[in-house]
Amino acid sequence: MNAIYILWLREVKKYGRSRVQIIASLGQPLLYLLVLGFGLGPVYQKAGGGSYLQFMAPGIVGMAVLFTSVFSGIALLWDRQFGFLKETLVAPVPRIYVMIGRTLGGATVAMLQGTLIVVVCLIAGFRPVSLIGIPLGFAFMALIAIVFAALGTSIGSSLQDMQGFQLIMNFLVLPIFFLSGALFPLNNLPKALSFVTKLDPLSYGVDGLRAALIGASHFGAIVDAVVLAVVAAGLLGLGAWRFSKIEI
Amino acid sequence: MIRVDGLVKKFGDFTAVDCISFEVPKGEIFAFLGPNGAGKTTTIKILTTLLKATSGTVEVDGRNPTTHENEVRQSFGIVFQDPSLDQDLTAWENMDLHGVLYHVPGKVRRERAETLLKLFELWERKDALVKTFSGGMRRRLEIARGFLHTPKILFLDEPTLGLDPQSRNQLWTHVRRQNEADHVTVFLTTHYMDEAERVADRIAVIDHGKIVAIGTADELKQRTNATSLEEAFLALTGSTIRDESATSKDQLRQVAQMFRGGGRR
Repeated sequence: MNAIYILWLREVKKYGRSRVQIIASLGQPLLYLLVLGFGLGPVYQKAGGGSYLQFMAPGIVGMAVLFTSVFSGIALLWDRQFGFLKETLVAPVPRIYVMIGRTLGGATVAMLQGTLIVVVCLIAGFRPVSLIGIPLGFAFMALIAIVFAALGTSIGSSLQDMQGFQLIMNFLVLPIFFLSGALFPLNNLPKALSFVTKLDPLSYGVDGLRAALIGASHFGAIVDAVVLAVVAAGLLGLGAWRFSKIEI
Repeated sequence: MIRVDGLVKKFGDFTAVDCISFEVPKGEIFAFLGPNGAGKTTTIKILTTLLKATSGTVEVDGRNPTTHENEVRQSFGIVFQDPSLDQDLTAWENMDLHGVLYHVPGKVRRERAETLLKLFELWERKDALVKTFSGGMRRRLEIARGFLHTPKILFLDEPTLGLDPQSRNQLWTHVRRQNEADHVTVFLTTHYMDEAERVADRIAVIDHGKIVAIGTADELKQRTNATSLEEAFLALTGSTIRDESATSKDQLRQVAQMFRGGGRR
């Protein structure tokens, strides 16, 4: 238990210390929010969709949580590179604890980052429809964070070095983001696209955030929560298994 | 304390460790001496549960590292050939994290961490991030950390690589002191003959995955009619230069080292 806690604490401490990184990681969501939010806003309004900023803000929060959690999992590769991974692998604690500590740490960091984006969205003019939705929103943020931190850990445990990183970024993380409906509504999509969006776990995450924050959802909050919980359990299992197979 | 019998480790077709056997009694300082790629690090990895043996029996503190991973892990401390500190944490945090992972209770952990950091002359810098440390300081911190959970065995895999003579000297003084005070068994690998001769009670010369000779420094010299250990070593292993083929991991490690080097200035 203590081992899980100390490894969780390590992730959180490191996040708190990397101020430049925190600011840098705000850049991309901010760009989406401002450029797309205000750029596509009028068109969206004309099409009868209402405020695009309101619609998109939960998607951008989902994006921030996705990126931060996947990368915190893949940061395993840096620990491998700089050697710290060995220290945890020869320690007399079951590897599953090490994996859980890291993953929860990464998920917490992703939630902190997501919270920052919520604040940015509020400043940009986003308004949640009810106060009760906010804790629910955090619950969905936590689910998204765990799903993708576990995915990141699985990837980080399976790669030997950073060479595969671009591949993961372009063929996994970015598609997960773009296919999630973070930027467009999931209604009336072409069949093929609609099918793919249903396979994307982030679709349910963003949908859940929308249900909580703007009171509109495509799948329904309960379906969202169940799907995310099942995927989280599956990916945690996968991550634990991949992590247990690491050889230095 | 350590017993190895007929140990073999194969990576595909390549035999890294080829049927080696040796014993290290409690309290001994035992050195593995060998050229690059001789199988030193592979042997250490098997003893420390990081790799599984292909065949043969291994016992560390009376237990099999494959079946009793956690008990074996609790019994040893290790200083790896490459750094294994978290550079974004402070020296104190690195020590503390280690103590928690090794189940050292809070009060004992803090007391021992303080004693060790003072002993290794790092106390003044305990709250500085490790990335601001020099190579010698990092090495000392790794060794201090290895002692934190009072291990019965200390594995040192080329611990003095890249250290200046002062730091090397200091390091061995500390290791010897701990060995005498707590009867810690020390298993070390090194390239430096003078170190092996000065520090180790017994030396095993390993080459191409086989132990070619084992004994005290004097015994090895006598066996080869050599005047120095270096001469004995060359007589036993030949004088061809060994090149390990660099894997992509090694290359990345070099890149990482470049970054680290740049970051320090």
